Amino acid sequence: MFLQQLVNSIVIGSVYALTAMGATLVYGILRVLDIANAGAYAVGAYIGMAIYALTGNLFVSLIATLIISGAIGICLEKFIYLRLLDKPSIVPLITSIGVFIFIEDLLRLLNGPYAKRFPAKLPFSGIQLSSVSIPATWILVMVVTAVLLFILWYILYHTRIGLAWRATAQDMETAKAMGVNINLVVALNFLLGYGFAAVAGSLIGIMYNSISPTMGDTPAYKMLAIIVLGGLGNPVGTVLAALIIGLVETFLGGYIGFFLPRDAIAFVALIIMLLIRPKGLFASNNA
Amino acid sequence: MYGIVVAINVGIFAILALSVNIITGYAGQPNLGQASFFGIGAYTTAILAGKYGVGFLPSLIISGFIAGIVGLLLGLASLRVRDDFLAITTIGFNFVVVAIFQYVPFFGASMGLSIPPLKLFGYPVGYVGLFIIILLLMLLVILFTKRMERSWIGIALVSIRNNEEAAESLGIDTRKFKVISFGIGTLIAGFAGSVYAYYMGFIMSYNFQFMTSITILSMAVVGGLGTIAGPIIGAIVLGLAPEIFRFVSDYRLLIYGAILILMMSFQPQGLVGDGSIFANIVRKLRPKTSGVDQ
Repeated sequence: MFLQQLVNSIVIGSVYALTAMGATLVYGILRVLDIANAGAYAVGAYIGMAIYALTGNLFVSLIATLIISGAIGICLEKFIYLRLLDKPSIVPLITSIGVFIFIEDLLRLLNGPYAKRFPAKLPFSGIQLSSVSIPATWILVMVVTAVLLFILWYILYHTRIGLAWRATAQDMETAKAMGVNINLVVALNFLLGYGFAAVAGSLIGIMYNSISPTMGDTPAYKMLAIIVLGGLGNPVGTVLAALIIGLVETFLGGYIGFFLPRDAIAFVALIIMLLIRPKGLFASNNA
Repeated sequence: MYGIVVAINVGIFAILALSVNIITGYAGQPNLGQASFFGIGAYTTAILAGKYGVGFLPSLIISGFIAGIVGLLLGLASLRVRDDFLAITTIGFNFVVVAIFQYVPFFGASMGLSIPPLKLFGYPVGYVGLFIIILLLMLLVILFTKRMERSWIGIALVSIRNNEEAAESLGIDTRKFKVISFGIGTLIAGFAGSVYAYYMGFIMSYNFQFMTSITILSMAVVGGLGTIAGPIIGAIVLGLAPEIFRFVSDYRLLIYGAILILMMSFQPQGLVGDGSIFANIVRKLRPKTSGVDQ
């Protein structure tokens, strides 16, 4: 039972990590709280399902989801966010809420308000150990998340563009003065940020075999709690915070029993943590 | 009948937009959880009037003060966390409050709470009477905000918003004024919640969700933060938008989202804020009485 819960929480935590990574990257560079990123999560689920229905190939559909949603993210960045950076932070925040409402309603208009199925056939089967069962979809979630996070880590810490990303995250003006191609960094940021959230949406759709226009609602705010716990804009902190929230939710909710619903736990943890460590659990020194 | 219901709704949201304007507009503290104080006011009234038969005025006042006290506590939290952290803390606060309303049996849990019809001096008060009460309350809030704008509190608040370090170096205790602004803004939201409870007759946690907080803040931002006319105009524009666009009712949320994006992209200071198209027209139309022009 304990082991089973542990596996549950790791699966949930890894989806949270992938979902929150988009908003973390956007915040890291632009200092914008990007609620619209949860829109990419829902969009990703629909794109993933459509392409899977078309091609029947899960791998192709996940890659295409990442690229198409990433392209949507780049458009948002170019046409909306970049113009708002010098405004008070409430302006881009309200804008991103507007974008989120717009995307959600567009999905509802195009696909109808009801949940749809996302039945994916996986090329491997689940694992059944004595007391722990791991369905195939869970393995898919964990493997895809691990691969994507590894790619992100490699880009950020072992490539020139990653170096440029880290420089820009520390100080955009100085980075620009040093000849860093800011436009490229920001574009890559949105490509990965929106792409990752979209893949997370697809994975959740496959895992629960259900997608709906409002599926981004819960991630929209829970992701905020996670990126704050992780120290706002700190990718490594975000992964740790996501795993911790996954653990706390599963064990408080499923094991001990808690008077509040599962989805409120992240915020109770957040408020307690902020009062003790106002800069986040894993705040980087320059934050 | 239909008109008055719309008017009551717009009136309540105008008061709420004015209330969040004190916190976000004047003191510059992001608050995305104003609906929770609206809810605390409404639930206090529902419990007082519904369970204990307390009359209108005591219910209204107690509701306001309870919301205000909780607001002061959140204001204290705002001393520890700033800007984006505070924005997310207020979102989190909203979710926790709604979760408590929804899961604790004392607050009716998922069944909600009902409120007896409003009576004043033994006579039932209809929609028109309720609307008059809302207008009076709104007038009080406007007068109060005007006074506050001109008093030392207002000056201190605006200086916090513009440059906190400079304000501190001039000897203004920014901590005190931030907490005060939270207390006042949430107190007003509590009043609005009390009236709302009487108007609805039945409330559920659903009415006070995060989305409601967004609606309230959007109204203040779209109208123009830091002004008195702005939040009221914002409440009228965004409050009437769903009614005006009823003929395309299926696209209402889509239009709402688009309005927010377009407004923020082209008029981020709001409809009547400094330097907006509307403010410029008013300035040009106004005859020049003094030689000084900003």
